[in-house]
Amino acid sequence: MTSLTINGVSIEVQAGDDTPLLYVLSDELQLQGPRFGCGLAQCGSCSILVDGVETRACVTPIASLKDKAITTLEGISAFYAAQTGLASVPQTTPVQDALVEEQALQCGYCYNGMIIKATELLLNNADPSDAEIRSAMNGHLCRCGTYPKIISAIKKASRTIQLARQSAGDSSMEGVV
Amino acid sequence: MKKILTSVPLKRRSLLKAGGALIINFNFQKASFGQNQSLLAGPPDPEQIDSWIAIHQDNSATVFIGFAELGQGCSTALLQVAAEELDLSMTQVSTIGLDTHITPNQGGTYSSSAMRVGGPQIQRAAAEARQALLQMAATQLQVEADSLQVENGIISSTRNNALSTSYGELIGNRQFNLAFTGNAPVKSPDDYKLVGTPYPRNDFPLKAKGIYRYIQHVRLPNMLHGRIVRPRGQGAYKDGVQVTGINEDSIVSIPGARVLRQNNFVGVVAQTEWDAVKAAQQLEVSWEQPGSLPGNESLFERMEKGMTNERVAVEEGDVSAFNTAFARSEFKAHGPYQAHVPFAPNCAVADVSQNSALVMCSSQDIYNTRTSIANLLGMDTEQVRVQFHDGAGTFGHSCWDDVAQAAALMSSMAGQPVRVQFMRWDEHGWDTYGPAHIGKTRISADSNGKLVSYEYEGWQHHWSLIETSEQTAKGTPAAEWPPFPAQQINPRTLGGMYDIPNRYLLNHHVPGLDYLKGAWLRSPVDLSFSFVSEQAIDDLAFQLGMDPWQFRQQNISEYHWLGVLNAAAEAANWQSRPAAENLSNASIVRGRGIGVGTHLASYGGAVAEIEVNKRSGEVKVLHLYGAIDAGLVVNTSNVENQIIGQLVQTASRMLLEEVTFNKTNVTSLDWASYPILRFEQCPEITPIIVQRLNEAPSGAGEEVMAAAAAAIANAFFDATGKRMTMYPFTPERVRETLAG
Repeated sequence: MTSLTINGVSIEVQAGDDTPLLYVLSDELQLQGPRFGCGLAQCGSCSILVDGVETRACVTPIASLKDKAITTLEGISAFYAAQTGLASVPQTTPVQDALVEEQALQCGYCYNGMIIKATELLLNNADPSDAEIRSAMNGHLCRCGTYPKIISAIKKASRTIQLARQSAGDSSMEGVV
Repeated sequence: MKKILTSVPLKRRSLLKAGGALIINFNFQKASFGQNQSLLAGPPDPEQIDSWIAIHQDNSATVFIGFAELGQGCSTALLQVAAEELDLSMTQVSTIGLDTHITPNQGGTYSSSAMRVGGPQIQRAAAEARQALLQMAATQLQVEADSLQVENGIISSTRNNALSTSYGELIGNRQFNLAFTGNAPVKSPDDYKLVGTPYPRNDFPLKAKGIYRYIQHVRLPNMLHGRIVRPRGQGAYKDGVQVTGINEDSIVSIPGARVLRQNNFVGVVAQTEWDAVKAAQQLEVSWEQPGSLPGNESLFERMEKGMTNERVAVEEGDVSAFNTAFARSEFKAHGPYQAHVPFAPNCAVADVSQNSALVMCSSQDIYNTRTSIANLLGMDTEQVRVQFHDGAGTFGHSCWDDVAQAAALMSSMAGQPVRVQFMRWDEHGWDTYGPAHIGKTRISADSNGKLVSYEYEGWQHHWSLIETSEQTAKGTPAAEWPPFPAQQINPRTLGGMYDIPNRYLLNHHVPGLDYLKGAWLRSPVDLSFSFVSEQAIDDLAFQLGMDPWQFRQQNISEYHWLGVLNAAAEAANWQSRPAAENLSNASIVRGRGIGVGTHLASYGGAVAEIEVNKRSGEVKVLHLYGAIDAGLVVNTSNVENQIIGQLVQTASRMLLEEVTFNKTNVTSLDWASYPILRFEQCPEITPIIVQRLNEAPSGAGEEVMAAAAAAIANAFFDATGKRMTMYPFTPERVRETLAG
């Protein structure tokens, strides 16, 4: 039994220590966000945040995660709210909203990783340039070729976050990483 | 499995999901309607209105659609068509998943068929249902049917508002019991409210929240996890897989893991997915690998020199006019094997018992898959039920049938439900690839720049008929599809857009059993066709000192072709000049190119702007402009996405993608050895739709790729004055071409 903290909940899992986290999340806990793509840390399909840092769950054994805070797509709104000092947890994050508004998707399977990575990026850099977006997202593949629209959506989400920051006043946003 | 599920209390699991609820894509009322319809094996009778549309008491409608949602958005666009004809709002229409017990057989979802074939079928069925409902209302209200109007399913008299009824009142949850004649009049395009608009896709919000259920998320009670065990990377199709030994003791350390073997089919199952993954990797199996492939180095030599079957695809006029023509171009070039490699490897869940089989998978053609599963299991087709669940975008015949067969075989051997997901190397290594191609062309023009003659010879093999799971389990010999033309050289992309008095197209069918497995990959072989053909056309313009856009314009009279050609050139602000006019000694040079092409229908035109680093050999595609004329575009946002996807994929296929193999097996087994385009390499994209409200939809899923491939190739010539004769444009290949 290993104890993990996933989306703020401490949970005992059955899987052995060598098990990559992805299989615990998708099989044992049946979460639908992190999902298998390559099992080789090459595509970003299984991405999660570990203490706020985008990490490939398919190659990360649970033994290495015992004292870490794991955030999956299911918990991304709560994570975003905590990081930005929002009073309540929104249904969806600005990244998710912008992706839908821009209709920036085809099959949508890559979305788990895209949302996790874009959220990490915008929490670190609320106003990334085109080159910074491409560089941050470069380890995430999309076979459908939605990259141009994902880039526009991230820019749109970045504007939303900046506007929210302005209207909330800078003081309440000091907690932003 | 049970033990593990209960180890996480339900409450905790729901906490983890942060309030996310179990998602069912249709409400229970509609689900129970589907259940009624599902008592008998399908397909439901397409001659009955009830097979297409069900009206519920709340005025909503369920539309039974026989096409698969592959990420192209057809599940939204076909509902737009139905809602338009029924005068319902988009929130009143829904569909349910493809199921051989429920949804009609509209044929497979390929060749951009969903809107081309499905659009008119759904439109006519909806129009006929509306007509029947208006007749019922006329009887009930005792007025003439043509004095009635409908809004959101409420029917009222145009003369007296007090006279009204509704769809739900008239027929809610009861059947029409009416023959579908196809004779009801459909709306005039002038009256369209929903068709032709960018209505947002209904699956996006769920997908963005991560609560959309893909096939990879489907679980059944008492289910085992399975993996196939094969050599890493396929050999020659005819050789299949030959097991010479298995050491079952090699997985005893994994509790509950066991080997399932039928002849040369080998799989493993375990209680948990990770145990199945470990068991497949750990199992010691020895194989006989005959090494009968040509390897990349000898591929084209073997294809061209071996025995082939010839078919004349087009013969018009006399191409010997080439010999005396003013300007002549002869060009030969090659296209590689390329892979589908969906972002998620294919997955299927099967529950096979003595007398029945349920198979859930991502087949693009569930009725065909049902037949193949029935053959495999020795059952009648009526005993097999196949349900479609979306996977990742697949772009043709990837491993979805192979994995469905593997799951069915393993469930039948295990005696309980089995979920099989391919590993990345299974998907990359055992794909049915888009076949390699050799093209040779001779084209000529007169001194006024009018095309005189066009000859093309093309070599490629056909598609593979027998899946590897069946081949290994049953010993069924490898076989190719019968020689129908869609697998062969494409007269539309090969000069079909130009006015040419003399034309001769010859197909060399290379018998495919000595090669890799093949199948249709988005815009099948068209990228290779246009890579050869449109470079030769460009070369004629160059020889004549003409601008390549103008040269094409003066040889095209068909208005759709001219429309896409001009739309792409105008979007790119194309300035008239001959190609390769601005060659320089700089190490980094830029060029622009233009091309036209398509697949079996519709029309594509494209312009590319690229940058070539002559020193390193690196090519960057800076901007792609792509125009599609697909007749009536029902959902403009979907088609815009389709064009973007096609252009990005074309850049990927032209710059990076090539299946590599030696004499023994395929060696491109993951995203490192088979790279695809990434964010940093992605060009700017300008999608252009040529909308034709008064024409039938003709398909928009693959029709601009050939044009874009040609535009990239021609841009390379414009930048460097050299022509590439093989893609992808890898740095090594580019340096070689520039040195030559």
